[in-house]
Amino acid sequence: MSKLNLITRGIIKENPTFVLLLGMCPTLGTTTSAINGLGMGLATMFVLMLSNMAISAIAGFVPAKVRIPSYIVVIAAFVTILQFVMQAFTPGLYETLGIFIPLIVVNCIVLGRAEAFASKNGVTDSLLDGLGIGLGFTASLTVLGLVREMLGSASAFGIKFINGDGILVFVLAPGAFIALGYLLVLFNKLKTKIK
Amino acid sequence: MAKESTLKNMVITLASITLVSSALLGVVYALTKGPIDTAQVAKINNAISKVVPAFDNNPSAEKFEKVFDGKSYIVYPAKSGGEIVGYAVESFTTGGFGGRIVLMVGFNIDGTINNTAVLSHAETPGLGDKMIEGKSNFSVQFQGKNPQDFKLLVKKDGGDVDAITASTITSRAFCDAVTSAWEVYKLCNEGNVKKEVADE
Repeated sequence: MSKLNLITRGIIKENPTFVLLLGMCPTLGTTTSAINGLGMGLATMFVLMLSNMAISAIAGFVPAKVRIPSYIVVIAAFVTILQFVMQAFTPGLYETLGIFIPLIVVNCIVLGRAEAFASKNGVTDSLLDGLGIGLGFTASLTVLGLVREMLGSASAFGIKFINGDGILVFVLAPGAFIALGYLLVLFNKLKTKIK
Repeated sequence: MAKESTLKNMVITLASITLVSSALLGVVYALTKGPIDTAQVAKINNAISKVVPAFDNNPSAEKFEKVFDGKSYIVYPAKSGGEIVGYAVESFTTGGFGGRIVLMVGFNIDGTINNTAVLSHAETPGLGDKMIEGKSNFSVQFQGKNPQDFKLLVKKDGGDVDAITASTITSRAFCDAVTSAWEVYKLCNEGNVKKEVADE
């Protein structure tokens, strides 16, 4: 598989949100606005790239029976580093995302890629895979956040385009499911058309 | 290929991975500790200057703690030319819809609420988070009110506060936190009066 393919695969063919349906908890929980979705996506991408690289590097030394605890420790270390860095330099975003940052540790995308890809491939390929899946996740979360923000708060990236409140349900949990459902249909419809 | 899963191998692997991870975390912690503290202090200072009248001292440097109802609250005195012009009380409640709400409540020296600011919360976006200034007029109604004759309860509970529509729990929690701040303020003011008497 070519290097470029590794990246684009994560965005379209194996899009973690719209095709693999992985990591639904942060997807539904954080996408109340486009900025939050973007922030969560980038945070996950950062962890994904670093953990993929580290795990592919150590995979050869880890006995099979303790590989899951080992991977989790590696992932947790990177998430905590991210948490420190965000707290120091982007305190506003850190507060909005709140509990979802530490929860990246148990995000099934990260462990899923570690187990399914990074442990069997080289460091460079794993980095690119992490970048691709991360970009796919970021794009999906931003789109979902944007749709929910536009419908729910009548604004886009924090900028109001209509005076008023919008349809509140889209900012709340049920709206997340509704918006995600329709985006899933749309994405997969477009995907089959392109093929 | 992966090593055999013998006890020795597993112990060595896990031990070295955790060791390297914790060392890495230690380094990052040490590097980011400064900026994290600065960010937090900046946030507190920002909230203080928003809620109390104009001051020329450094309230964070002169902060003290007051215990009310078994919980300890941090109080930031605001002074102008050496005279106390108000107190900012960092108050909290666990009664919010999403749990803990931390507020900064500023009092003028005559006991009226100057302003309030939300430091942290986990309320529902679009509903409970309307307690934040600028998102609705909810917090504005507290400005300039003296809790002595302004009952800090939502109207449903027989008080004077207009609750946020569909967010009675948040409104109640907000009132609860402001009430605690008021009690703490009274403690501060008592001490102040006593001290003045002693000075004379």
